[in-house]
Amino acid sequence: MIASLAFYLFSFVLIMSALFVISAKNPVHSVLFLILAFFNAAGLFVLLGAEFVAFILAIVYVGAVAVLFLFVVMMLDVSFADLRRESMQYIPLGLVIGGILLVEMAFMMFAWSPSMMAGGNIAAAAPKDLSNTHALGQILYTQYVLPFQVSGLILLVAMIGAIVLTLRVRPGTLRQKISDQVHVRREDVVEVRKVQSGQGVE
Amino acid sequence: MTLQIFLNDYGLPGALIVLQILAFVVPLLIGVAYLVYAERKVMGAMQLRQGPMTVGAFGLLQTFADAIKLFSKEIIIPSAAHRVVFILAPVLTMLLSMIAWSVIPVNEGWVIADINVGILYLFAISSMGVYGVLMAGWASNSKYAFLGGMRSAAQMVSYEVSMGLVIVCVLLCVGSLNLTEIVTAPRPWWVQVMLLPMFVVFVVSILAECNRAPFDLPEGESELSGGFLVEYSAAAFMLFFLAEYANMILMSAMATILFLGGWLPPFGIEALDFVPGVIWFVLKVSFILFVYIWVRATLPRYRYDQLMRLGWKIFLPFTLIWVLVMAGTLMATNSLPVVQ
Repeated sequence: MIASLAFYLFSFVLIMSALFVISAKNPVHSVLFLILAFFNAAGLFVLLGAEFVAFILAIVYVGAVAVLFLFVVMMLDVSFADLRRESMQYIPLGLVIGGILLVEMAFMMFAWSPSMMAGGNIAAAAPKDLSNTHALGQILYTQYVLPFQVSGLILLVAMIGAIVLTLRVRPGTLRQKISDQVHVRREDVVEVRKVQSGQGVE
Repeated sequence: MTLQIFLNDYGLPGALIVLQILAFVVPLLIGVAYLVYAERKVMGAMQLRQGPMTVGAFGLLQTFADAIKLFSKEIIIPSAAHRVVFILAPVLTMLLSMIAWSVIPVNEGWVIADINVGILYLFAISSMGVYGVLMAGWASNSKYAFLGGMRSAAQMVSYEVSMGLVIVCVLLCVGSLNLTEIVTAPRPWWVQVMLLPMFVVFVVSILAECNRAPFDLPEGESELSGGFLVEYSAAAFMLFFLAEYANMILMSAMATILFLGGWLPPFGIEALDFVPGVIWFVLKVSFILFVYIWVRATLPRYRYDQLMRLGWKIFLPFTLIWVLVMAGTLMATNSLPVVQ
């Protein structure tokens, strides 16, 4: 009973916050609602027994991705009201595309029925004798090791691309070179002179 | 009849959970009060001052007096502030610093929720701490607060990366994400030695994660006049303050569990087994907290670019290489934890 109550609570808050993401006037509020949506999605994963996925969702999306989102949105100095007004002219087109997708989905819903074999193929979210994390690791690093590594490489390429795109080499700027500072020797910077009184240093 | 069943199924366990939560939260809040007191006393001693003296014997009630003062003051909300987010930020920060304690085992079996992925839960909660600061900085609608919030976001995200890799190193030797198992898993002495540099990285990272000196740039009173806290007053300020110290205790508890063996006696000395585990836990946490205070009294604040350099150019490559070294050594000596 508690589990189903929790399910309805998470789902309701998830859908409501998703609605607010697209309808909130202030973009910062949108991102905050997005974070709430991520959270509730993580809650749904926990209810499914997929606790590893749930917490990775929380760590990656809430802890990292949404922080950067919020960071950028807060820094941006764009009048979102103007942007909204401009985007209004695309609403008919958007409605047409959305309508087509909806009709397609409706066709699928009514014309499609699961095969008899499908019932037997439903896997449990977590294997009985193994914790979720171990199960995921075992399948990810054996059966799916190639796709896993390839997706890692793709992300690496994207990361390098982002660095290359934003790298600015500015000649003539002064930078702190820590290793130079550490390697300074006494002889390079300190000179001891005997000064006769009344003579001064040349 | 149904009421009877309902009470048996949910009422009693619910009451038990509430009691458990109180058993954690009340000592935690008292701990926070005395951590503030300890900080003032220890820093006083380090700077040849007395610290708080007047309220109660040896100033022991000073923190409570401060708390009552802050509670009875008026909360001032700036007219340009985003009211809801402004109030939500300290509440969220406080909430996050409290709920993380639900998975911390302070002794064998003394834990509210002994979940499978406890360490991930802790990591997720601690990485959410940044939202309180970010929301506070933005909602205040003040330049100082905003800059403080932005700095904090960048800082916390930077240090989380190396913290995550440090945790991976520990998990490699333990083979479980459960906090109790992390404590009890056997660790040979050479594994402990290999984890020592990671412990240092972790302690430095938790200083940055808690916005403590020498990484207290978000507050940076010399340039930001208080950073994200600048518009906060009275109870709202107190919530931030409480949460900061509760987070310090939480991070110390995390370091204790990951590296110092939790509630087990130090160095595996069996003769010390007669001391209750929770006392060892508290002592170890207090030791790390003392380091926090010691560092604050000793080191000057980092400059912002130096802080970023330390996080991204030193800690990240170092921890990344250390994960490989650790995994390689464990693999070569055939001592990776076996999962049935």
